[in-house]
Amino acid sequence: MAKKKTIRTIPQERTPMREQDALVRAGNFEEVARGYNLEDALRESERCLLCPDQPCIAGCPVGIDIPGFIRKIGEKNLRGAYDILTDTNLLPSVCGRVCPQETQCEGVCTVGESLEAVAIGRLERFVGDTAIKEGWSNIPYIEANGFHVGIVGSGPAGMACAADMAKAGCDVTVYEAFHQPGGVLRYGIPDFRLPNAVIDAEIENLKKLGIKFECNTLVGRLFTIEQMIDEMGFHAVFVGVGAGYPTMLNIPGDSLNGVLSANELLTRCNLMHARDFPNFDTPLPIGRRVAVVGAGNTAMDAMRVSIRLGAEKVYCIYRRSRTEAPARVEEVHHAEQEGVDFHWLTNPVSVLNDGTGSVRGMRCVRMELGAPDESGRRRPVPVADSEFDFEADLIVYAIGTNANPIMGQTSEMKLNKWGYIGVDETLATSVAGVFAGGDIVTGAATVIEAMGAGRKAARSMKAYLGIRDPALPYCGATGGEALFGIDERERNFARVRVA
Amino acid sequence: MSNFEIVAREDFSDVTYLLEVRHPMMARAAKPGQFVIVMQNEQGERIPLTIADFDRNKGTITLVIQAVGKTTRQMQQECQVGTSLYGMVGPMGIPSPISHAKKVLCVGGGLGVAPIFPQARGFKESGAYVIAVLGFRNKDLVFWENKFRECCDELILCTNDGSAGMKGMITDGIKVALAGHANIEEVVAIGPPVMMKACADATRPYKIKTMVSVNPIMVDGTGMCGGCRVKVGDEVKFACVDGPDFDGHLVDFDDLMLRLQRHKNDEKLAHERWSENCRMTNPPGPGAGDVLAGGTAAQSDVLELPDPSEDAPGG
Ligand SMILES: Cc1cc2nc3c(=O)[nH]c(=O)nc-3n(C[C@H](O)[C@H](O)[C@H](O)COP(=O)(O)OP(=O)(O)OC[C@H]3O[C@@H](n4cnc5c(N)ncnc54)[C@H](O)[C@@H]3O)c2cc1C
Ligand code: SF4
Ligand code: FES
Repeated sequence: MAKKKTIRTIPQERTPMREQDALVRAGNFEEVARGYNLEDALRESERCLLCPDQPCIAGCPVGIDIPGFIRKIGEKNLRGAYDILTDTNLLPSVCGRVCPQETQCEGVCTVGESLEAVAIGRLERFVGDTAIKEGWSNIPYIEANGFHVGIVGSGPAGMACAADMAKAGCDVTVYEAFHQPGGVLRYGIPDFRLPNAVIDAEIENLKKLGIKFECNTLVGRLFTIEQMIDEMGFHAVFVGVGAGYPTMLNIPGDSLNGVLSANELLTRCNLMHARDFPNFDTPLPIGRRVAVVGAGNTAMDAMRVSIRLGAEKVYCIYRRSRTEAPARVEEVHHAEQEGVDFHWLTNPVSVLNDGTGSVRGMRCVRMELGAPDESGRRRPVPVADSEFDFEADLIVYAIGTNANPIMGQTSEMKLNKWGYIGVDETLATSVAGVFAGGDIVTGAATVIEAMGAGRKAARSMKAYLGIRDPALPYCGATGGEALFGIDERERNFARVRVA
Repeated sequence: MSNFEIVAREDFSDVTYLLEVRHPMMARAAKPGQFVIVMQNEQGERIPLTIADFDRNKGTITLVIQAVGKTTRQMQQECQVGTSLYGMVGPMGIPSPISHAKKVLCVGGGLGVAPIFPQARGFKESGAYVIAVLGFRNKDLVFWENKFRECCDELILCTNDGSAGMKGMITDGIKVALAGHANIEEVVAIGPPVMMKACADATRPYKIKTMVSVNPIMVDGTGMCGGCRVKVGDEVKFACVDGPDFDGHLVDFDDLMLRLQRHKNDEKLAHERWSENCRMTNPPGPGAGDVLAGGTAAQSDVLELPDPSEDAPGG
């Protein structure tokens, strides 16, 4: 038997990922991080201690068997690694790229206590990409059960729910308002971070499960959620329409030409290919000096897109300090490398008019951190007499989103006080047979959390429909004790604990 | 949903044309005041167009389009009966509330004449006395006069040069109507922003409720981008999900008109290049620059045709 690995015997340094040079990539939309090759992956897999208490699994919102798949990589059994990953995560190529690993799995990795954590995300991406390259997909034998399930929204939440329901034998139709499926993965996250080819490959896998995609369909207005259940023959519906509705700052000058939301910039650039203007028809406001307000992933994407579109100067304006920036660490780092000028502890006061209704610049005030607020973060407060102006011709707001109102306007589903869809712990809404999850329930969150919600809703839907999966112990909608192949509501079998 | 077939077409003038697109489900769902977002082809932009009419029996949606920008001109050339649109999504927006007003004035300027029609019909069906005021630049541009005569109690037609109906701006027509009827309870106005602004100004002294349908630049039409925001009173509203109908006495029209000019340079450039390509005998293949860019119908409209009564994109 191989010698037991210890923190001292493993490769001490995290295996770096090859990246496009910062100067070169700032001029193209090709992927920045090139990913591991087999050699890199084998070396990195060596660094996993295969800890018996497996803290990383608990750190992953969907509970991937992380040591399990890493062990398979070490055995050069990539197909085996892929099978383990796809047991819990439908989109390894996507999550490996966009998950905030440093606060999830890698944040609790034992190796990370003394060295840099195992690069779980990079390994996950490597396996996912290998599967795409090799054309692997895990299509189980599916026996149709006669149930029709409708999914509203084709983002990660909708995709995950659709996959689980299709695997259970349901006839699944996904409705999407845009002309292409994928949600934020398609319209928001740019190509250099998540190439379209990856999304296409994942959607193809879903189609292989028999899932139908109906684009150009605005649910709520073309037909309502209630009509889907009452008239269109759907036995259950999942709503994953995302957050949408970008917040504006509400400061003077908000409506000047040259002020737009990051969502608009990114949608024009990614989904509508405005960056290929004039081969594509959609125009895009291009700034010479761009100021992006906010420091989340959306803000980083907007900045890095602006650089690639040829901006000379890109500023990041954020009222808190760098430690509070909600973006993935790697994205902030990449933005810095590409030349973004960060202004931490700076808050916009007004947008300045050039006299013709367009943006000339921005007036900001310096902030300092005061006493902690309810969220435990120190609240930024303005520094007296610290206002200053700077020049900019494009201002991009990336300061969060509110709930999209369409569902509330068109259905009986109860909303919570912030306007998001209200659900119980099984993700059931107030309308029988209708479940919801993802950003439209939690507010803007992450891809993996949205997927987790989609899968959780799928479990609840199966319970609601009375679908049993004889191959798997049934863990009820909320997890906990396992029942073998039985619906929780029919309490006619003894509960057992699975070791 | 795919394959949105064009089943009928009518040309009202050398700039205005009507398309009837097959979409039975949408024809069932559509209500007055709603709009669609259309993509002519995969490289195209998403342009909002008001639903001018819908036929539940035939399963069709009617769009009336003015060829003003690159996309709408290209559609004028290429959208023949039997061809299909790449995408059409809707019906979008909150339907116009058809109130129980007993006497209403429906005002349509230029292309706004088309989308005001389902509203006029809706009011008529709910039992109101309906007066329509329609404004065109000249006689050649007039369309749907008979359609309106059939469903309205009174019709005031205005042309700028007097070649049909009364001579004057649309606001003159409104003044005539207001002078003749003291008990008008509601005014609905659709047309270019300058016209709607003038209309709101005309009714403000009388404190008559005046609804307008705004037409800002849009991308998604689902509330996701904020590109369509308009100032209404003290609030910022997204026209695609909070509108497109708002209280005309509260809408900040100057702000709306300014924002409509956002892509004016792109638009001009795109159209110049596209026209050049149209003249070429052997246009290059797709991706090589034969499909050139444009803004929405709305913008260039406002830019190129200063005449307030005729430059309405209508949605
Ligand atoms: C620019 C950007 C960058 C991000 N970066 C990261 C990152 O690096 N890592 C990370 O983990 N998270 C990131 N996020 C957050 C993450 O993308 C979201 O949390 C996640 O996509 C939410 O998934 P969802 O399925 O709930 O909704 P979405 O992905 O928003 O999908 C909803 C879909 O529903 C459609 N829809 C809406 N209304 C209707 C309707 N009425 N009828 C039919 N369809 C409708 C929408 O068009 C959309 O396609 C980012 C978000 C943005 C905007
Ligand atoms: S899904 Fe995200 S959190 Fe889970 S293992 Fe993968 S990278 Fe880590
Ligand atoms: S068009 Fe994007 S929010 Fe209205």
